[in-house]
Amino acid sequence: MTAQVTTGLKVRKSIELTIDGQKVTALEGATLLEVCRANGKEIPTLCYGDTITPKNACRVCMVELEGSRTLVPSCSRKVEPGMAVKTDTERTRHSRKLVLELLGSSVDLSLTKNVEKWNDNYGANPTRFGAPSFHHDDRDNAVTGHHHQPDGKTAETVHQPVKIDNVLYVRDYSKCILCYQCVDACGEQWQNTFAIATAGRGFDARISTEFAVDLTDSACVYCGNCIQVCPTGALIFTSEYEMRGAGTWREDDQTQTETICPFCGVGCSLTLHVQDNEIVKVTSPSDHSVTHGNLCIKGRFGFQHVQNTKTTD
Amino acid sequence: MDLKIASASASADERSAVDSLLGVAPETFQGGERNLEGLRVARGGESLRELRPLLLPTLHKVNDRIGHISRGAINYISQRLDVAPAEIYGVATFYALFETRERPPTQVHVCVDLACRAMSGCKEDDLPEGAVASPCLGACERAPAVLVIETGVQVRSQLLAPASRKQIDELVAGKHAPDEQPIAHGAPQTPNKDLVLLSRIGVVDPLSIDDYIANDGFNALKKAFKIGADQVVAEVATSGLVGRGGAAFPTGRKWAAVAAQPIKTRYLVCNADESEPGTFKDRVLLEGDPFALVEAMTIAAFATGCQHGYIYLRGEYPRAMRNLTNAVEVSRRKNYLGENILNSGFNFDITIFKGAGAYICGEETAIFNSIEGYRGEPRNKPPFPVEVGLFGKPTVVNNVETLFNILPIIDNTGEKYAAWGSTGSKGKKLFCVSGAVEKPGVYEVTFGATLRQLIDLAGGLKRGSKIQAVLLGGAAGGFVGPQELDLELTLEAAQQAGTTLGSGVIMVLDETVDMVDQLQRIAAFFRDESCGQCVPCRVGTVRQQEALARLVESTGTDRAKVDLQLLRDLGQVMRDASICGLGQTAHNAIDSALTRLKVFSA
Repeated sequence: MTAQVTTGLKVRKSIELTIDGQKVTALEGATLLEVCRANGKEIPTLCYGDTITPKNACRVCMVELEGSRTLVPSCSRKVEPGMAVKTDTERTRHSRKLVLELLGSSVDLSLTKNVEKWNDNYGANPTRFGAPSFHHDDRDNAVTGHHHQPDGKTAETVHQPVKIDNVLYVRDYSKCILCYQCVDACGEQWQNTFAIATAGRGFDARISTEFAVDLTDSACVYCGNCIQVCPTGALIFTSEYEMRGAGTWREDDQTQTETICPFCGVGCSLTLHVQDNEIVKVTSPSDHSVTHGNLCIKGRFGFQHVQNTKTTD
Repeated sequence: MDLKIASASASADERSAVDSLLGVAPETFQGGERNLEGLRVARGGESLRELRPLLLPTLHKVNDRIGHISRGAINYISQRLDVAPAEIYGVATFYALFETRERPPTQVHVCVDLACRAMSGCKEDDLPEGAVASPCLGACERAPAVLVIETGVQVRSQLLAPASRKQIDELVAGKHAPDEQPIAHGAPQTPNKDLVLLSRIGVVDPLSIDDYIANDGFNALKKAFKIGADQVVAEVATSGLVGRGGAAFPTGRKWAAVAAQPIKTRYLVCNADESEPGTFKDRVLLEGDPFALVEAMTIAAFATGCQHGYIYLRGEYPRAMRNLTNAVEVSRRKNYLGENILNSGFNFDITIFKGAGAYICGEETAIFNSIEGYRGEPRNKPPFPVEVGLFGKPTVVNNVETLFNILPIIDNTGEKYAAWGSTGSKGKKLFCVSGAVEKPGVYEVTFGATLRQLIDLAGGLKRGSKIQAVLLGGAAGGFVGPQELDLELTLEAAQQAGTTLGSGVIMVLDETVDMVDQLQRIAAFFRDESCGQCVPCRVGTVRQQEALARLVESTGTDRAKVDLQLLRDLGQVMRDASICGLGQTAHNAIDSALTRLKVFSA
């Protein structure tokens, strides 16, 4: 028997695999996405977030794996010795193209980064399913396992009215791709508040509080960690929502200032997004070793006092 | 967890329904009586997390008592199980048999799926006001089928078939549902003791363990204890048995993989969520010979080292539920389950878990989530269930028919079993023959029979009928044309012919059937039953349905060419990129209709 010294540290072994015919090495436990990106392969992702366990729900990051009947999601598939992976084949391109088309035809992706570029790259044409339909039943009251027979003249969308039920942030689920990140951030992965969950099934699946009650009646603590992880702008600060509505939101003109939250002794990092000398939203660096991009209501939303211009009598 | 419970509170009836399963609330913070002492105690952590698997059974209790699950009820369940209200709402709205809005206490679910609409024209849009359109209820041999659920303190569920339009109208109008009739035609070959899988159907009283024992019951179990676990796995491997649920994975390999796991806590799950349209074999087995499942599961658990088994039974099979519940209770009483079974030193018990209307829960990992109290969403694989399954432990998942095959394998030896069948398909197989045949029902054959022989076995075509198409393997399977009746029904022949046996569906559609309507129903089925987790399936099934709707109008035009290409594109992304088998097969039947039957090619 070989003697083993237990140090409490787990040393990750190096693994050899092939990506697009090229031999590469990776550490065990790494995902194919990490290895591909480290080796300069461009793979689109939508539902993937760097602080949440991948749900691999969007299926845009699929790659071809030798020996696998189906494509595999690179965001969550872990490397194994001897894997032969192809990142850019007819099948992967078809898959990415169709996923972009399916999402683009059913969801408002206007605030999702890189989508136009990817659509060009993969030849995706989201309008080919017909004109989007904006006439909807109340999605919050969809009946599970039932739907109205479509006539094919329009392409069904997830369009629904914007939810404005509190002063801090806005939920525009017409932009929701159902990446589950907000649910995971609100629930067991970060906040443990469980104010929202996925409700319904199939195309009617939606993010919802219990019985779709307003956030003010829910368990929401307004930490805004769901906004932090939302990749499509379905969850945004009220300030951003209003400025976009007024046409005054100019992301290119904004500066980002790193600072420390002044409210308590934890000392979370804040990134203040400033436009015209006003804080317009607050994020937190997702690579911070303590907070991983998470804040509480004070750090996230408690910034108005630094820019109140009105003086008291 | 810090629960935030809104003001709505449960009615006395709702509380009593919940308490009937969980007992009276022990403490204030769990929704019990509010007193000073209780307010000074709080519990949390591990001990409460273990309560989550009680969520679905508790929701059933309320849904069965009241007819729906109100906000107050969810709040009370939330306190009892320490699960947030939003999460419970998410689970409750996942399942079609649950309802979170108020509704009448009696629900009449009318099957509008493939066999029922082909045989009787039951369609979504011409149901009487108050009836609920239902996906396949698994009584295709007696189509059309109706499931009546009369909620109340003593919930009453009856699967009635055949049901006349007049009867449906009366049920909706509030007439008390009659008792289910004993099934005369579920398996027309029976009673016949020479059959292997159906030998006891129609022979034994399904409620009597003595009858079961008198008809060779528990012989295989005794033999299994004698030859030992390793030998049982070896026999199953030798037998060449493959899974009968549709995926045809070698059972021996699955068992050996679990038996070899270093983790000793292991689970056995019997997949009885039979919901594939056109499939009703498991129902016939469970209703007619429930003790055999108990015996087969005990053998499977013994062979693979599982301490506990779950039967995940679909919620639409009330008689199977009654018979199985009796079989498990009686077996436990007679020491065929429980501690030290028949003095073998082996301990094993079974929990019956009732589904709540979700085809997707027949997916092997969705079952786990459903049992654990979550939405029945499939998990990503790997890891596979044999390593990380139910409650994160190594798990064997076997279909009902697969488990039934274990008994003759152990009774006879794997070698003798393997002598039945063809080179690539071993043993006995059940087929669910429905549609335009004289005697629809479950038929047992040795692998190797042709499609024509099966139709002949079922009494041949209905008088005056002419075959238009046969659906093999259900909605996830494929159509074959009338020129393909000599197809050998083996796994290898089906594969070579570019089709599948799936779950053993043979649905014969004659020339009176509107194929376009069947295809639209298949598309609607997958759209309704998609869990909604991944994009290819969630949106792809909708786009597929829309494209079919356009094709009805545009056949033969240039627009049709575009839509046919679109369907192929959708089919490929669903097959390539969906998380689970539902999305991966959601285009198969439609594809087969386009290519083999030339539907829409004018």
